Amino acid sequence: MAKLNDNNEVKSRSMAQETWRRLIKNKGAVIGLIFLLTLVVVSILSGFIYDYDTDIIALNMGEALQAPSAAHWFGTDSLGRDIFARILYGARYSLMIGVGAVAIGLVIGVTLGAIAGFYGGAVDQIIMRVVDVFYSIPNIMIAVVIVSLLGTSTVNLLIALCFTCATSFTRIARASVMTIRDQEYVEAAYELGLPTWKIILKHIIPNCLSPIIVQVTLLIGTTIIAASSLSFLGIGVPSPAPEWGAMLSEGRQHIRDASYMCVIPGIAIMLTVLALNLLGDGLRDALDPKMKK
Amino acid sequence: MIRYIIKRIILMVPAIIATSFIIYFAMNMTGGDPALTLAPENATEQQIEEIREELGLNDPIYVRYGKYMLGMLKGDLGTSYVTKRDVFKTFMERLPNTIELAFTAVLIATLIAVPLGIYTAIHQNTWKDTGGMVFALFGVSMPNFWLGLMLIIIFSLNLKWLPSGGKEGIRSLILPALTVGMGFAALITRTTRSAMLDVIRQDYMTTARAKGASEKTVIFQHGLKNALIPIITVIGMQLSNALTGSVLAETVFSWPGVGRLIVDSISKRDTPMVTGAIIMSCVLMCVVNLVIDLIYAFFDPRIKAQYSRKG
Amino acid sequence: MTDKILEVKDLVVQYVTDDGCVEAVNDLSFSIGKKKTLGLVGETGAGKTTTALSILNLIPSPPGEIKSGSIMLDGSDVLTMDQEELQKMRGNDVAMIFQDPMTALNPVMTIGEQIAESIELHEKISKKESMERAKEMLKLVGIAESRAYDYPHQFSGGMRQRVVIAIALACNPKLLLADEPTTALDVTIQAQVLELIKKLITERDMSMLLITHDLGVVAEVCDDVAVMYAGRIVEIGTAAEIFNETAHPYTEGLFNSLPNLKQRGEKLVPITGMMPDPMDLPEGCSFAPRCPYATEACKKANPGLRHLGGSHYVACQAYERENFKLGGEQ
Repeated sequence: MAKLNDNNEVKSRSMAQETWRRLIKNKGAVIGLIFLLTLVVVSILSGFIYDYDTDIIALNMGEALQAPSAAHWFGTDSLGRDIFARILYGARYSLMIGVGAVAIGLVIGVTLGAIAGFYGGAVDQIIMRVVDVFYSIPNIMIAVVIVSLLGTSTVNLLIALCFTCATSFTRIARASVMTIRDQEYVEAAYELGLPTWKIILKHIIPNCLSPIIVQVTLLIGTTIIAASSLSFLGIGVPSPAPEWGAMLSEGRQHIRDASYMCVIPGIAIMLTVLALNLLGDGLRDALDPKMKK
Repeated sequence: MIRYIIKRIILMVPAIIATSFIIYFAMNMTGGDPALTLAPENATEQQIEEIREELGLNDPIYVRYGKYMLGMLKGDLGTSYVTKRDVFKTFMERLPNTIELAFTAVLIATLIAVPLGIYTAIHQNTWKDTGGMVFALFGVSMPNFWLGLMLIIIFSLNLKWLPSGGKEGIRSLILPALTVGMGFAALITRTTRSAMLDVIRQDYMTTARAKGASEKTVIFQHGLKNALIPIITVIGMQLSNALTGSVLAETVFSWPGVGRLIVDSISKRDTPMVTGAIIMSCVLMCVVNLVIDLIYAFFDPRIKAQYSRKG
Repeated sequence: MTDKILEVKDLVVQYVTDDGCVEAVNDLSFSIGKKKTLGLVGETGAGKTTTALSILNLIPSPPGEIKSGSIMLDGSDVLTMDQEELQKMRGNDVAMIFQDPMTALNPVMTIGEQIAESIELHEKISKKESMERAKEMLKLVGIAESRAYDYPHQFSGGMRQRVVIAIALACNPKLLLADEPTTALDVTIQAQVLELIKKLITERDMSMLLITHDLGVVAEVCDDVAVMYAGRIVEIGTAAEIFNETAHPYTEGLFNSLPNLKQRGEKLVPITGMMPDPMDLPEGCSFAPRCPYATEACKKANPGLRHLGGSHYVACQAYERENFKLGGEQ
């Protein structure tokens, strides 16, 4: 048994290395990865460079609505706040909400999916029917309803968004579990008397890892867009926080006289999501070379 | 086949009941006391109680839900707290606008995306493929409402070709439809490409070529026809999403559709309107999904045979 | 005009991928006489299907590429034809039967449509007429006409292969390429289908290239035989020559690994080892690593074809030694 485990570890380690080797051969994925790492560093550093109260939200009406210049690279908004500073500082909201909602959704979804797939029968039916209902309603609509029920706050936004993430993880996990459940090595583990949760954790979860890793990357992107959409509708991250969607909502009021306010936050969102999609596509190809063909 | 359709319609009933149950309870348990919202600023306890009585809010919630469902059978979804108008009627007034936008957007998306998807698949791993995929990648990475704002800046503020919002005639439809359509186009392109790539490697494609069929016939007659199922699925999903209202595009372009009705009603705490509109959207979605499933049977004889057996 | 329907000369086909270059077919030369059947025998991966697809100029490109050589079909070179000529030739002059009838038919077209398509492409007749012809073809292969409006999923494997045969023969081609036409079928059905093919090509004076790894099938159907190994022909001759005067160690190995029903209990002698990785062929004779007769010389140079008499050729250096005979040297 111990020897078998050793072999498994060797194999999985070399698989991770193999995946990495294929990933860094993919130009798009490397660009995406570098962009994302830079963004993480920027969002951490911006907390040291700027002071939230004085640089990010303080009013400065004297300098309101200035077009991009050497002093204000991205211009200033209607309250005279420097848009460059707000964009950099705002990266943390998108990243935290995206990663947070997906992480919570991942835990909930994989648990539910593993339970549904492993036990089957009535449990499966109930879980999957509920998931189907949520899956068929557009996620923006679900999020709008949940936020409106719970009230507008960053935490509630997170809850609303993790719902839709959970449904897609439930489906992936269930499908993977169902195919793996009846394989001989799982049956063998059963006969050895391993408790069910241990089998799920040790044998089943590692085997549905690749579709989940890919889905995590892509869903963070979708979630960032959804979060900014809700903020744009005025029910996401509350003002005056420099969330990119909220900045677009303010920008929309000045679309005629200061259109850069509409352009810049959107580009920030797009590049972030683009980087995530590039990385996700790259990961999918690297994890499953057959898919590329 | 007909028996299959009837069976599917009957199966829709529990789905609609379950959805309406969840939505009704969620909206009415957490929405706060509507009587307080509706009453004038300086209303007395007496007046508030009268409003409660009038709205039937003093009944237990399951009684109210029962009454609501009975009303639904007659097309009565209650009356808006805010406008005092019939919910069903208001929804039906907004629906044609949403349908117009949804169908135009999906049409634009399909016309762009399906040919592009086929083109990129045929030229896999060349610069043509890369170009098409970069377009699609930008499409899925772009927040839809932002694309709307950009289109307004370019086409209505700078070029002054098209109106920036509202709904007057066909010209006001173009920008919102493009906005919604571009997001869809990206997804449909990706799906078409991967479905075609799957099909292109099939043996029957070689059979067709060996018969002496031209490359065009092989790709369209034999290839596309087999790749249609996933393509129809994704187009159908986009359509049913668009029919529940493209909230963001409708907001950006002040388009009087169902999505905006729901969002506006939520912000005004108009519980009957929100509940009714969401339930109606779900019914609509069930119908669209059924139609799509039936379209499958039209294109794939294997699925048709499956339906007949189940029928 | 020659009496040959097909003459393949020095054909080289390669598949170029990210991981390297596969030499699928190397310096291949053979010919098929009019009304004759040539059996192309070899293991999976020897390059048999690639050879057949080259004759239709249908090598999937990328990654495949015909590097050099010529394929003369009734006097004109397939490899220099333009698209239009190719489309005219495919299905009309040369038709192909594929290995797996489960995947060779288009699942969303009726079988009648699929047969009729072939006729419509090459003859100027109406849709209705071509459908009538399709029904005749169905009858010819032993399927009721009424089933022309059914879809492939409604047929069994053997019936589907009959449909594939009907498609191939619909335009009366001069040459039929049959790529393991019975491998995917049940054993009981195999004989029926083979019999049907045999009957139809004799009736219609066709030539055939029969690809197979089954020497029993070869004995039953073929006039001539070419044995392929790792992209090269190692032995070629008439069926009688190959069967009675087996010359190449690989051919001998193939025969030894066949069960002999008359002598039950006799041990089968498998060929040891595996076919070399086509991306990394050994220097010298490709079969040398598995050959019981191999000497150092075999690993150095690639053997050319050596004339043994009649139309019998073998690619084996052992014959440079005096008195070399398979099984009898030591």
